[in-house]
Amino acid sequence: MATLIQLKPQPFSFTGPVTAAAAAFAGLFVGTAQGSGLLGILLGAALGAALAWGLMQAPLPRRTMRWGIAASSALVGLLVGGTMGLIVGAAFGAFFGWFPLWIADGRYRAGLPPYLTPGEVLWHYAFRVICGLIFFFLIAPIVVVMPLSFNAENFFTFTPAMLSLDPAGYSLKHYEDFFGNSDWQAALRNSLTIAPVATLLAVSFGTLAAIGLSSEHVPFRQAIMAILISPMIVPLIISAAGMYFFYSRIGLQGTYVGVVLAHAALGIPFVIITVTATLVGFDRSLTRAAANMGANPVTTFFRVQMPLILPGVISGGLFAFITSFDEVVVVLFVGSASQKTLPWQMFIGLREQISPTILAVATILVCLSIALLTTLELLRRRSEKLRGMSPG
Amino acid sequence: MADAIDTNTGTTRADRRAEAADTGPVLASDGTPLKASLRRALRAQKLRALMLVAPLLVFILVTFVAPIADMLFRSVENQIVSQTLPRTTAELQGWESDSGDLPSEDTYRALLTDLTLAVAANTHTRLGSRLNYEQSGMSSIFRQTGRNIDDVAAPYLDNFEALDPRWVEPGTLAALMTDPDYFAAARAWREENPVGPFGGGATYDQPIRLNPGIGELLPSAAAIFRDWAEYVRVENSAVVGDEEPWSLFYLRLYQDLLNVSEADLGAYDGPQSDLLLETKRMLDQFQPVSIRDRFIEVDAGWGNPDIWATIKVYSPSYTSGYFLNAVDMQLNAEGVSMQPEDERIYGILFKRTMFMSLMITGSCILLGYPIAWLLANLPMRTANLLMILVLLPFWTSLLVRTSAWKVMLQQQGVINDILVWLGVVGDESRLIMINNQFGTIVAMTHILLPFMILPLYSVMQTIPPSYLRAAKSLGATPFTAFWRVYFPQSVPGIGAGSILVFILAIGYYITPEIVGGTSGTFISNRIAYHISSSLNWGLAAALGSILLGAVLILYWAYDRIVGIDNVKLGG
Repeated sequence: MATLIQLKPQPFSFTGPVTAAAAAFAGLFVGTAQGSGLLGILLGAALGAALAWGLMQAPLPRRTMRWGIAASSALVGLLVGGTMGLIVGAAFGAFFGWFPLWIADGRYRAGLPPYLTPGEVLWHYAFRVICGLIFFFLIAPIVVVMPLSFNAENFFTFTPAMLSLDPAGYSLKHYEDFFGNSDWQAALRNSLTIAPVATLLAVSFGTLAAIGLSSEHVPFRQAIMAILISPMIVPLIISAAGMYFFYSRIGLQGTYVGVVLAHAALGIPFVIITVTATLVGFDRSLTRAAANMGANPVTTFFRVQMPLILPGVISGGLFAFITSFDEVVVVLFVGSASQKTLPWQMFIGLREQISPTILAVATILVCLSIALLTTLELLRRRSEKLRGMSPG
Repeated sequence: MADAIDTNTGTTRADRRAEAADTGPVLASDGTPLKASLRRALRAQKLRALMLVAPLLVFILVTFVAPIADMLFRSVENQIVSQTLPRTTAELQGWESDSGDLPSEDTYRALLTDLTLAVAANTHTRLGSRLNYEQSGMSSIFRQTGRNIDDVAAPYLDNFEALDPRWVEPGTLAALMTDPDYFAAARAWREENPVGPFGGGATYDQPIRLNPGIGELLPSAAAIFRDWAEYVRVENSAVVGDEEPWSLFYLRLYQDLLNVSEADLGAYDGPQSDLLLETKRMLDQFQPVSIRDRFIEVDAGWGNPDIWATIKVYSPSYTSGYFLNAVDMQLNAEGVSMQPEDERIYGILFKRTMFMSLMITGSCILLGYPIAWLLANLPMRTANLLMILVLLPFWTSLLVRTSAWKVMLQQQGVINDILVWLGVVGDESRLIMINNQFGTIVAMTHILLPFMILPLYSVMQTIPPSYLRAAKSLGATPFTAFWRVYFPQSVPGIGAGSILVFILAIGYYITPEIVGGTSGTFISNRIAYHISSSLNWGLAAALGSILLGAVLILYWAYDRIVGIDNVKLGG
């Protein structure tokens, strides 16, 4: 589409005010932080307009000018705000070295339909900015937690030492606490024993049942499906309450077996859903072919069917694992102090506000979920390739 | 459906062959008719599929469905009153609670028996706490009465002692009531196993055997004597003849002696028969007292007809009381009525849960719609990259995200620090963004946002972008084109996402518990409170059942709109 559009250079009468407005906005933040917002706006606008004019008129190569602006802005930042100021200044400089020229060349209309009115172009970019803010909202908690977990102080906020990127402001002491504290280690051990067993139960029962359900001859298919999916639909607090009442009746409350059974039940819907979805693309004539060549049902299952649906089974297992590993409501009720899992320990820490070790644990868990997410994505692609679909 | 088609295909083919050959039914290779053979194969397939599903079905039924059923059952179950006070509740059937009178003397006697046995089994405090949920003060009445239960009928013991001091000798009584062989064996065992310095010691392993004739002569006294003897044998490691029985025994003995004729007593020749006969003859010197007055003396509450009315209302095995409590109503002698104005908390809590879930759903739509639109309209590669930003929070532990919001929103937290640094708020007037509704809504919007974006995205992907261009080329302004062409097509996505988010939101527990404080908590927090702190399990079960009902209705709607099979897990 870009080839259709004739990029039209914009005069200073347009570039100047746009740059000034953007710079005024930036100036507002710098200004309020330094004492006077109004002064910041005025200075920013003036600087922006001057910058735009300078960039458009100066005969120097553009690359040189951009580096020059970024470097000088970084220098000003360093003088005003130390290391952090250097970074912020460099970022501002890089942006304002690029922005006026992007406007002046008319490149901002590249990739857009040529018939858009200026208002629509403005809305297009405003919309992008709004989306950017929402993405920031989505990702901010995770981004904030990670650096805070390296805090040298026992605070839940950035210390001045951290903001000036002083190495003394950072430490691994919360991680050391996590790996050295017996409470946390016991919780980690519990989580690592309960989750795999629950996953194993969920995957073995769930895969068999999904294969059974994928047959066209199952009576009451809808009803059975509804029962099997129900642990996912019922709010956790209700499942937890019911399990607490029932398991204390039959003596399973406060035992490992009780917690494992409860977690397996919660994980089963995920296994059923993923494996059933994989089985939709499974070619049944393959099993018939195997049987035709003399394989018995068990061999057929393990040599033909299983390798093909394995990606689905593994991703179902990962879902079940993370369900158990991340679960806190049910274990709070069904378990007792000796089955305290990692989320439970975190929950206690959060409610009683004890230590920032929670942030270190949180960071470790985020890394774990990134690893899981990557695995799942790879599995999905592999599964689609196996089924002859193009990878999304 | 599929079965029918298969069978039909088989049948038609068989029929066709049969017509061609015209020699009766077509046979399979083993000689059976093809139709029967096919049916058998089909049945085998059906059975195999069921066998595969069965283990999981049983597993889920036991580990999940049974607990939910148990919860529903507990929300109406109320056997504790009739189990702990069986005789009293039976007597109360004939009492009119709105008459303003106290129940009959017989009822009080039944209460004495029930409570004596309940104190022995140590169940009276549990009953007291149960009834205390319905009428405050009940718990203390039961505890107070339980402590002094043996004093209630004490005047009868004193009367018997006045008639003949032998009545308070444990040995005499034991000889009168128990089988002579058993009595001798028990005393011999006691000689060999003396009571230790701190009491206790070994427990005699032979259950009590009563004197054969005494059960017919003094039926009610014999029955309570048996209960008492078994109680002291098992609980106190005592044997007959060690201790004095409950004073209730003497009340029963008095009544039995009144009823028995002198001729029958004269004909009895078991141990201590002369003592019985003498006492029967002196019975007119006996000064009976009212058990009702004694109860009122022990605790004035027993003189209050309201207490009795509450016991009567809650004596059936099943009650609607928990459900009524859960909707701020109460069940008492006058019937069903609203709770006093200042005790209506569940209505507020249900309304707040609804309101906050709606707010969360609304803000999820507001934030999720632009993102889904952007993702659906960007080139595939870019969209997949940005999708990571949506999926990463989705995959991050719930507690990690909740703790992150706690860190960011608190008064000394990151957001307040930035605002102070920017000079938007003063250092002394930091914003309170946590432990209130705002904190809960922000944190839960963040947590549930992916559940809105993913269904919206999958719906928007199916809307051809050419529709918008067509609308614009026909002269629509961008807004009209969006509102009249694009938006209506994306409504199913909004519906699916909203129901999903709403279902998840109204049952949330962890996040409101941590960032909700007191004003931002949900009904689920109240359920947890009743399970673990106030121990009013029935009310917790009733609240849970109402919540479950709401979720199931929503889920049914979700199934109608989206379909259960379309549940997607993170793209």
